[in-house]
Amino acid sequence: MTDISSQSGYEGRPEAGLSDYVQLMKPRVMSLVIFTALAGIVAAPVDVHPVLTLASIICIAVGAGASGALNMWWDADIDARMARTIGRPISAGAVEPGEAMALGLGLSILSVAMLSIFANLLAAGLLAFTIFFYAVIYTMWLKRWTPQNIVIGGAAGAFPPMIGWAAVTGEITVTSCLLFLVIFLWTPPHFWALALFRKEDYAGVGVPMLPVVAGEAATRRQIFVYAALLLPIAVAPAFSAAGGPIYLAVALWATVRFAREAWLVRQRTAEMAEADEYAAEKRLFVTSISYLFLIFGALMADALLRSVIGDFGWPVWF
Amino acid sequence: MAGLQKEHEIHTRRRGRNLGVLGMLVALAVLLFAVTIVKMGPQSGNPTAGATWGESLMNWARE
Repeated sequence: MTDISSQSGYEGRPEAGLSDYVQLMKPRVMSLVIFTALAGIVAAPVDVHPVLTLASIICIAVGAGASGALNMWWDADIDARMARTIGRPISAGAVEPGEAMALGLGLSILSVAMLSIFANLLAAGLLAFTIFFYAVIYTMWLKRWTPQNIVIGGAAGAFPPMIGWAAVTGEITVTSCLLFLVIFLWTPPHFWALALFRKEDYAGVGVPMLPVVAGEAATRRQIFVYAALLLPIAVAPAFSAAGGPIYLAVALWATVRFAREAWLVRQRTAEMAEADEYAAEKRLFVTSISYLFLIFGALMADALLRSVIGDFGWPVWF
Repeated sequence: MAGLQKEHEIHTRRRGRNLGVLGMLVALAVLLFAVTIVKMGPQSGNPTAGATWGESLMNWARE
């Protein structure tokens, strides 16, 4: 008796593969979280064993991934109706919503518990709060309720360097708060640039992003305001315990460039933007991503410089 | 007569998923082990490191 299964026409929803679960955790967001958390650890003025550094980073990354899974679980209904997100694992039918929720909850608990063991309770508490803030405060409440959603909700993305710093120092300091503020002020222009050229998507699902609620002109003004505010805040860490000449130079150059591109966006009208398919807005969005990598990369470069040549008398004001 | 079995794409997905879970479990175990060794300090696993044979014997006798 032969056993030739006719399996060419599999009926039913596809089963999720490993890559689907990886996509569920928003790996691109995770990479940014890992980088900024690592910067917080490396820039801290303490010696840390590399194994403990790696363990802390893994916990923070898993916590970020768990937040992403919970976000995708809650937003599955609108993700399925937006061009940008329709390919996500739940919208695509690969992962069941319940699976995503279970994975998100399970990894949240695991990452927080492990970080409390590998590092300390303060870092674990900050990670737990970050996950809660992103999944509950931002995703379940603010995102669909107020145009200030990503201003307030952006705090969730600003915590990783503070968590990294707390993991190795056991405390929250002015320096770690400054690093938090850099990302907090960076978030609105980053997401509003995206929202400008994805306006129809957000309007179609009823998410009150600023361009949908207040119009493009107001959004362009706000983008520049936050970019301008970023200048003194982004430079301040140069004169903190984590700063140095490399960070000062990079922060000045990168933030002026960012503010300049924000100013160009501010000067444009909707008609000008539609004529070139929002080229300047897309450029600002891409610039904003590289900005964060440059800033926090410079922080790590200064830490490396200090480890090589020792204290070189750089002024520390914070 | 030998049965003919064609592997379906679903088997590939399941194998990938299972290997992924296995890999993560192994990585977690290795990480826990490494962190334990680090946190126990330089004498971990060898409380009498640096002691001579005679000193080790005396320590054992006292215990």
